[in-house]
Amino acid sequence: MNMHTTLPMPAQVKERIQESADIFTLRLQYPDLAGDQRYAFAPGQFNMLYLHGVGEVAISIVSDPQDERLFDHTIRAVGRVTRGMSQLKEGDWVGVRGPFGVGWPLAEAEGKDVVIITGGLGCAPVVAVINYIFRRRERFGQVTIMQGVKHREDLIWRERYDQWAQQPDTTVALAADNPEQDQSLFSGNVVQLFDRVDLQPDNAVAMLCGPEIMMKYAIEALMQRGFPDTRLWVSMERNMQCGNGLCGHCQMGPLFVCRDGPVFRYDRIAEWFFRKGF
Amino acid sequence: MDQAWSRPVHLYGVERPRGSKTVPSTPVFLPPDSLQRLLDSLRGSGRQLMGPLVRDGAIVFDRIENAAELPRGMRDIQSPGSYRLEQSDSPRLFAWANGPQALKPMTFAPEEVLWQVVRDDSGLHFEPQASTPAPTAVIGVRGCDLAALQLQKAHFLQEGAEDPAFQRRLDKLLIVAVDCSHPADTCFCASTGDGPDAGPGHDIALTELDEGFLLRAGSPQGQEIIDSLALPPASTAQLQAAAESSRGASDAQTRKLPATDLRDALFARQDHPHWAAVAERCLACGNCTAVCPSCFCSAYEPRPSLDGAESEQVRLWDSCFSFEHSNLHGHPVRDDIRLRYRQWLTHKLAGWHDQYGRSGCTGCGRCISWCPVGIDLTEEVASLLEEPA
Ligand code: SF4
Ligand code: SF4
Ligand code: FES
Repeated sequence: MNMHTTLPMPAQVKERIQESADIFTLRLQYPDLAGDQRYAFAPGQFNMLYLHGVGEVAISIVSDPQDERLFDHTIRAVGRVTRGMSQLKEGDWVGVRGPFGVGWPLAEAEGKDVVIITGGLGCAPVVAVINYIFRRRERFGQVTIMQGVKHREDLIWRERYDQWAQQPDTTVALAADNPEQDQSLFSGNVVQLFDRVDLQPDNAVAMLCGPEIMMKYAIEALMQRGFPDTRLWVSMERNMQCGNGLCGHCQMGPLFVCRDGPVFRYDRIAEWFFRKGF
Repeated sequence: MDQAWSRPVHLYGVERPRGSKTVPSTPVFLPPDSLQRLLDSLRGSGRQLMGPLVRDGAIVFDRIENAAELPRGMRDIQSPGSYRLEQSDSPRLFAWANGPQALKPMTFAPEEVLWQVVRDDSGLHFEPQASTPAPTAVIGVRGCDLAALQLQKAHFLQEGAEDPAFQRRLDKLLIVAVDCSHPADTCFCASTGDGPDAGPGHDIALTELDEGFLLRAGSPQGQEIIDSLALPPASTAQLQAAAESSRGASDAQTRKLPATDLRDALFARQDHPHWAAVAERCLACGNCTAVCPSCFCSAYEPRPSLDGAESEQVRLWDSCFSFEHSNLHGHPVRDDIRLRYRQWLTHKLAGWHDQYGRSGCTGCGRCISWCPVGIDLTEEVASLLEEPA
């Protein structure tokens, strides 16, 4: 199916899952998609979701490109549009433009170790990539997943992390500022987790997503451990209104985050990364 | 980096506009009393004609029919923070530089419906906005605005994300440019390489001389119109007068931007103290972005009907000076004026190089005149460059 960059396509809510108090997942389907056609996208790409009469919002796609017919968006109700979307029920309709942007470097990561670092609440773009990797586990080397949150209950998808931790050649390291007696959580932040994992930079790529300050410190830690900046990939967030490089809102220096990103190789954005105002 | 563009455009002299493949087809001479014939043929094929008019003390583009409506003898006196018109006894119709409004609204509309949506029992139904703009000819366009149109084309017609609304308007537009003979004090197109003569992108270009007009074609459509007027070729003396007028128009410009690529120099000065000094004067009103012929930012907004069944998605000009422009989860990335002014200037003069291969400034000077406090980007750049990075 072609991209829909200018005109939204109607999509129906097939299922709605409440993930936490303010995070929910919409499982969507394009009724117009004929037969065994799939919605073609890459993990890390996003759609502009439209709530009727309220507006559009950029949301990353969390499901797997091989999934039959449905595609999923995990959304945090924080703004006008996302709060409105949290009211949607099964059978309701939204508009979808997309998919937009550049996703994770999965072809490049094949045959290599993968380090995935995330922080904050429910970082959907990395969930997409983790799911992708475990569905194709044999194509990747050692997988290390590191996540830091503030509170224990911020760790949504906890069972999934537990399942991932059972996989061969996989390390899952979770940290919480406030672990509340949970022995499996390290008390601290994601950067402190670096002392508890064994990373081999020689044949590895790192993928990061979350608050910029967290990514900044994680990047420093990775580079100290010998990761070159060309093997660090970050997923960025900026104000997005068009999704396709026209409206100008998402600019970060000369880059359009919607079109040139949202996933960037770190050396390509280092000049503007974590520089206030860009 | 190739700096070919940062030379003045003189069509009749040795230098030629960047990107122009052909020397203009032999210019022809149009006596002043025949100008109406040109306007009539521009209005042929059902086109509406837009031209410069005086309105509310400024030159603006609006519908015209007769040559008599053109602003005869009008001069614009511009300086930082100030614009006024003055009637002179010159018989010339184009002895002014510009007004606040560039060519931009004719291709990138200040407000545009992108699509409509209807909700009914069977779901949402989206329809693209498909209205066709009226075929339009515009006369009086300057080199700076033509160059800005090339920049806007690079942005709005980028491969794979062509903007249908922009394309539709552009397809219906016939452009008659006029070489600038009377730049304003705020103009610096000679230093950016975008004037004073009209470079590529026009269908017809005019040079106004005391004795009449020289016409040259910039497209087959323009050539056809010129041919239909059956005019005599310009004389050597007329061509010489045109070359002198052009040279005079560049020599008259006192402001300038450095003729080098400022990309690295400006990005290297992200933390320069001068940004804060400008921010003390800047009101973040956004006038500069509204008058700038190359600014492309827009906001997308729904406009629902009262009963909520239908809605339109509207695109409106936006400005990086607005507080919400960089909004991210309820807090703007650029939460003070220093950062917003820096965004504007570094995008215009640095980011554009990476995005579209050249600076985003074509030297029209509008942002200087229409700034309520008279901030002058050429001076701000000079101050920023004074100290090494
Ligand atoms: S930045 Fe100012 S001088 Fe340059 S093109 Fe824009 S309005 Fe004109
Ligand atoms: S970011 Fe600012 S300077 Fe750049 S196009 Fe948008 S409004 Fe103009
Ligand atoms: S979201 Fe509009 S340019 Fe990137």
